[in-house]
Amino acid sequence: MTNNLKSIINPARSDRLFRIAAGGSAILVVALLAALLIQLGVGSAPAWRKFGLGFLIGTGWDPVANVYGALPSIAGTLLTTALALIIAIPPAFVTALWLVDAPPGIGEVLSQALDLLAAIPSVIYGMWGLFILVPLMQNRIQPFLSDTLHLGKIPFFGEYGNGFGFLTASLILALMILPYMSAVMRNVFQMTPSMLRESAFGIGCTRWETAKDIVMRYGIRGLLGGIFIGLGRALGETMAVLFVIGNVTTVPKSLYDSGTTIAATLANNFGEADGIMRAVLFALGLVLLLLALGVQVLAQYYLMMTGAKRGEQ
Amino acid sequence: MTAIAPQKRRGLFRRKLTDRIVAVLSVLALFIAVAGMIWILYTVLAHGASVLSWTFLSQPSKPYGVMNGGIANALLGTVAITLGATLIGIPPALLGGIYLAEFAKGTRTGDVVRFAANVMMGMPSVVVGLFVYAILVVPMHGFSGLAGSVALAILMFPVVLRTTEDMLLMVPDSLRESALALGCSRARTAVRIICRSARSGLVTGIMLAVARVSGETAPLLFTALWSDAWPTHYFSEPTANLPVLVTEYATNSPFEAQHAAGWGAALVVTVMVLLLNISTRIIFKEKHNGR
Repeated sequence: MTNNLKSIINPARSDRLFRIAAGGSAILVVALLAALLIQLGVGSAPAWRKFGLGFLIGTGWDPVANVYGALPSIAGTLLTTALALIIAIPPAFVTALWLVDAPPGIGEVLSQALDLLAAIPSVIYGMWGLFILVPLMQNRIQPFLSDTLHLGKIPFFGEYGNGFGFLTASLILALMILPYMSAVMRNVFQMTPSMLRESAFGIGCTRWETAKDIVMRYGIRGLLGGIFIGLGRALGETMAVLFVIGNVTTVPKSLYDSGTTIAATLANNFGEADGIMRAVLFALGLVLLLLALGVQVLAQYYLMMTGAKRGEQ
Repeated sequence: MTAIAPQKRRGLFRRKLTDRIVAVLSVLALFIAVAGMIWILYTVLAHGASVLSWTFLSQPSKPYGVMNGGIANALLGTVAITLGATLIGIPPALLGGIYLAEFAKGTRTGDVVRFAANVMMGMPSVVVGLFVYAILVVPMHGFSGLAGSVALAILMFPVVLRTTEDMLLMVPDSLRESALALGCSRARTAVRIICRSARSGLVTGIMLAVARVSGETAPLLFTALWSDAWPTHYFSEPTANLPVLVTEYATNSPFEAQHAAGWGAALVVTVMVLLLNISTRIIFKEKHNGR
């Protein structure tokens, strides 16, 4: 009898309890996001009080005199990210295009290979960059670019370097974000109604024309979303950059210069950070967080718009 | 008529040529990406395989300058930290995913949570490390393996939440309705019926998230740090782990022997992560084809 009673009363109550637990766990994501912002804000408060907003454009970095500026790190982050995107967007676009209507067997295998490229830990990219790519850049690629192609004449490109620096870091970043962007773009292309593509083929468009005039126009927001996903990864990538950027806190003057990014500065200086320097690092973290937040919000907005558009059809 | 025809032909020729060129460039880009992957894997294998031995895998790491160190403590530490992260991060992620799929379809709360989860998925891991440093390492007066686990759990949480939701939404509604019609409560339906039928998908999501975080390095620099000791003080002291060991040996050590050991550790990490990743994909695919 008691057993019977239990089974009658309990479900409603356990149902409510379960619902609250589940809802609470879901809200936890929102809470974490808020906590992240608040905690970094609180931690960085001393730095903002001391340096004000001028911190963002300050160029000094002197732990002895306790003078810190964020410009070298911010400029480095923006430079590596922009360069990586310029290098990675065209191949990501064309590979996605090709993979969408590749022969099934080959397409499958190559898609899986790209996914694996994305699965390799970033510290491995960093180590490969440090021991393989840096010497290669120094001994072969940089001399080739400067002596044979004379690219050094272009302002900001740089003439000779030691292999470390922004170009090397951007190359690795490009390789890292390519599979991510390619995967998102692949999904966007697959979302294009086949009716549209078939109509284009029907009036005699070539594959490339269909791609650039129909598929790309249709999914432009999704493509932007994919680019922002790649952008977000490149912004916050730490290890791969840390290994090859050279870690000098100066504002970049050329692509071959050694420098730093926000993430690399954080990882590099945190061990010995104390007092105001720790607050400075929190401030840098906050800047990175806000940048990433902006990028992610844009990415989600564009991706959502693609979905919404599809819903209308 | 005859005057226009050659022009048209040239136009067609150029269009076809452009098409061909783009096709060739696509294949070339794919080739470069895949070649890059093979190059990286080959490098790790070539450098790492020569130092792998039973001693290397069973001895703890030694301080700088002492020869014949191994990586056993770091291997154990990585397993402990990842396991801890799974225990901390997965239960709320599953619950939250159930909530999104079963209770919050089309509601405003659901949209907000989904949006926040997507944004959290793109958070730089180094920022999460900084955050955990502030909320755990500072109050506990020291780095610890536990803090590392919490950082990795925060990284896993949104990923598993979203895959759980996606997997549960793939379960047909008729199953839900049948269970409810038989008198099951919503909770019982969700856990016993829906989750059970989406089980392989849920496991896949979890395994892929575990594979992803087990190679994470940046957050561990701020939380678990690094040590030459066995990971016996997981809750209170710096805990050895493979990714940070690789970083330390590759960038901070002047010794050739430790560079080699770094490659060995890198090989172990890569094999671990890729094996987890590939086997999960294969198992999931077989399950799906079977249905």
